[in-house]
Amino acid sequence: MNGSERVRADDGALVARLIAGEARAFGELVDRFHARMVRLAMGFVADRGAAEEVVQDTWLVVMTGLEGFEGRSSLGTWIFRILANRARTRAVRERRTVPFSALGDGAEDGDSGLGARFDGVGHWSTPPRAWSEEDPERVCLRREAMEVLGRAMDALPANQRLVVMLRDVEGLESDEVCNILEVSETNQRVLLHRARTKLRTALEEHLG
Amino acid sequence: MLTCAEVTELVTSYLEGQMAWRRRMAFRLHLGMCKHCRAYLRQMKSTVKVLGRVPADPIPPELRDDLARRLVAMRKKDG
Repeated sequence: MNGSERVRADDGALVARLIAGEARAFGELVDRFHARMVRLAMGFVADRGAAEEVVQDTWLVVMTGLEGFEGRSSLGTWIFRILANRARTRAVRERRTVPFSALGDGAEDGDSGLGARFDGVGHWSTPPRAWSEEDPERVCLRREAMEVLGRAMDALPANQRLVVMLRDVEGLESDEVCNILEVSETNQRVLLHRARTKLRTALEEHLG
Repeated sequence: MLTCAEVTELVTSYLEGQMAWRRRMAFRLHLGMCKHCRAYLRQMKSTVKVLGRVPADPIPPELRDDLARRLVAMRKKDG
């Protein structure tokens, strides 16, 4: 995991500059979080317009609540928690979007997709193909591989996508993700496992 | 003795450090003997690291400045 949202030493400093009203700090905040907030909101709601509205709602709560940021989590984790709450509130109000808890526990999607690759006694019959590139930095430079990964993310059930987005894309800790999505540790791990399994397979199909 | 199918099902628990030591030993023993599962684990780790590098679509510069100004206004209204 990239750990990008472990508590950052400069989070507190940025919040202090925002509270002091330093104009440049607001630009930095937008640069650091806005695109990621839209991306996460898309995991909760059906379309881009609704996602943008959730993000606007979130910004308002963040701006009016800055004094409440205590630095116990990273700023990103704090903002993402607010965003998840806004998305859920919106879902309840409009019944247009489905709250995470109603997305199922993932049990309805129990197939890892790997079953056909083992023989009757559980040994590989179709082993993992060697990748032409395994170095993550270099995989990221391959536009097609990243497009394949993006499409595979889009194809995940919403609950799996949200978990893998918060854990692996945003780098949050598992207890933070459980808290934000209101799922148990075990359920979170199952959802993460299914998502990662499918995403590895997608990369294998491109790189293998 | 774990099978390859079981190893692929346990790989997230292993990476999460959520495995009892006895099972962890069995997992490692299997890895020591199975190059396919070693490749699988390696690719799974790469996948996680690649995911950590996926960039979000950047906000267009004009919207960025406009949003930053609106955030300042939200603070002022509140204060």
